[in-house]
Amino acid sequence: MTAVGEQPVDAVPVVGGAPGADGAGNAEGGTLHAPTPGWRLFVRVFAENRLAVVGVALLVFVVGFCFIGPVVYHTNQIQTNFNDANLAPSAAHLLGTDDAGYDVLGRLMVAGQVSLEVGVGGALLSSLLGAVWGAISGYVGGWVDALMMRVVDSFYAIPPLLLMLIVATIFARTTFVFIVVIALVSWLPTARLVRGESLAIRVREYVEAARSMGVHHLRIVERHIFRNVMGTIVVQTTLQVANAILLLAALSYLGLGPPPPSTSWGAMLNNGLNYIYDGYWWLIYPAGVAIVLTVIAFSFVGDALRDAVDARLQRH
Amino acid sequence: MIGYIVRRLFQSVVVVIGVTIIVFVLIHFLPGGTARATLGARATKAEIHAFMVANGYNHPIPVQYLLYLKRLLSGNLGFSYHYNESVVSLLTTNVPKTAVLVGLAYAASLVVSIPLGIYQAVKRNSVGDYAVTAFAFVGYAMPTFWAGMLLILGFSIYWPVLPSEAPQGATVGAILSQPSGLVLPVATLAIVNFAMFSRFMRSSAIENLVQDYIRTARAKGLKWWWVLYRHLLPNSLGPIISLIGLSLPVVLSGAVVAEAVFNFPGMGLLFWNAALKQDYPLMMGFTVVVSVATVLGSLFADICYAIIDPRVRFD
Repeated sequence: MTAVGEQPVDAVPVVGGAPGADGAGNAEGGTLHAPTPGWRLFVRVFAENRLAVVGVALLVFVVGFCFIGPVVYHTNQIQTNFNDANLAPSAAHLLGTDDAGYDVLGRLMVAGQVSLEVGVGGALLSSLLGAVWGAISGYVGGWVDALMMRVVDSFYAIPPLLLMLIVATIFARTTFVFIVVIALVSWLPTARLVRGESLAIRVREYVEAARSMGVHHLRIVERHIFRNVMGTIVVQTTLQVANAILLLAALSYLGLGPPPPSTSWGAMLNNGLNYIYDGYWWLIYPAGVAIVLTVIAFSFVGDALRDAVDARLQRH
Repeated sequence: MIGYIVRRLFQSVVVVIGVTIIVFVLIHFLPGGTARATLGARATKAEIHAFMVANGYNHPIPVQYLLYLKRLLSGNLGFSYHYNESVVSLLTTNVPKTAVLVGLAYAASLVVSIPLGIYQAVKRNSVGDYAVTAFAFVGYAMPTFWAGMLLILGFSIYWPVLPSEAPQGATVGAILSQPSGLVLPVATLAIVNFAMFSRFMRSSAIENLVQDYIRTARAKGLKWWWVLYRHLLPNSLGPIISLIGLSLPVVLSGAVVAEAVFNFPGMGLLFWNAALKQDYPLMMGFTVVVSVATVLGSLFADICYAIIDPRVRFD
């Protein structure tokens, strides 16, 4: 999966008339060619992936829309105004109003802020949990590893939405609780991945050398295991953000999302479903399109990151 | 082979015990405890104490867990105070209906994704391949309820051919007696399933397409469709079988949402109503049953896979 047109990285200077053995086709003399630094290769593979560029552009747009939009487009998202409920899009309200009188475009921005905060926070926490769990499990090995992986299997067996609904009904519905709830159901793939890498790295010679020099276990885990799996973790985190946004949307749709006056895209759709027969399209399409676009953007970026990380790993 | 089965069985038992521990821990986090959740906010301290003694909540936690395990093993999943029925009876009325919905969704998505996956592998990188991949991608990114809403808009409002509400009824027969109402809920679930299965089928078929035995079969002069049907298809199905077992939790989550959108009178809707009303025995009981079903389903799928493909048995 090297980038197209890249020179083989182990091209060595060829002295004299020896045929070029590196495939660069040099019959005599040679090229002094420094291997592409890891980061440049990473960025190049990422930038050449057109979907990644689209994804990043979409992400920039969505984040800008949600966080900078309210500065530019002032609306009242706190007080309801039932006189102006369910108005069609007009000059005053670019996407109309919803059934409580809130401007829909402004509501999209507020909902987006909540969805993105919970999504990114949940993904980050899930990666932290999963990486630590997997690293310890893989590094220690033995029955501890077997036990920790059975815990992961147990969590896998529980349908994520059921677990989220239970926890959402037990605890108060604050942003922090949502982040924890989403992390609780999303930490499993990261744990499995990191455990696999940890098992592979644990038996390498440099780890053995470090141990024989007396390096503490924690230092080995931090320096050798985490630094090597960081790329994979970043990929997983990005993909988990997409998943987290979908999970929060489902939870909000079922009515157990952020309570009013705060909202999320799923809650807007929950509202919109009531008016599906009345033809109030502005209550239905915008929020759904927002979810789909954001999830697609994160998926594109995550897939491209995965390709770039693989390219960098292959180089090693 | 026997060793593989025994090992997987032992793992499954441990996982099931893990699930009961997780559910038990969650029960203990209930604000005020199960006593307050059952008796309500106005119960007096004496009533709470009496409830706790009667139900064994004054024992130390490990003893409580063992009592809970004993109750589970004897088939007592709890009593739903909101519906005034035991959880087991609620499950026996509603789980078959959800099983019909989920089963039909699996069937529909498999019937579409398996041939399409093979088509995508054979015509790799063609326009058709990209189109199906794009469709699967969008299907993956769509929340289940959004897909449901779009289907309702498309087929019940703009082009009114299908009802937007699922068939109502207490028995499976009542559900099946109105098939037109089943189309949209099944389609909603099938879209996300299809997205998953078609990706896997495509990569599995591509892997097998480059194998030598396919080339030999063609060299022998066998017709292409015969090669695909008799050689490629059985060998590519292995990962899909595993995936069916593993995807059950995600599909059940989707079923909860789909039943909420279409008002399908199944277990998902019941669970949602229980969540809104804070009916914890029902939620916990259903979670345990579903998780055990998932573990058994995954075990069954793995055993089938090992039977079909001997290469898997020696890991």
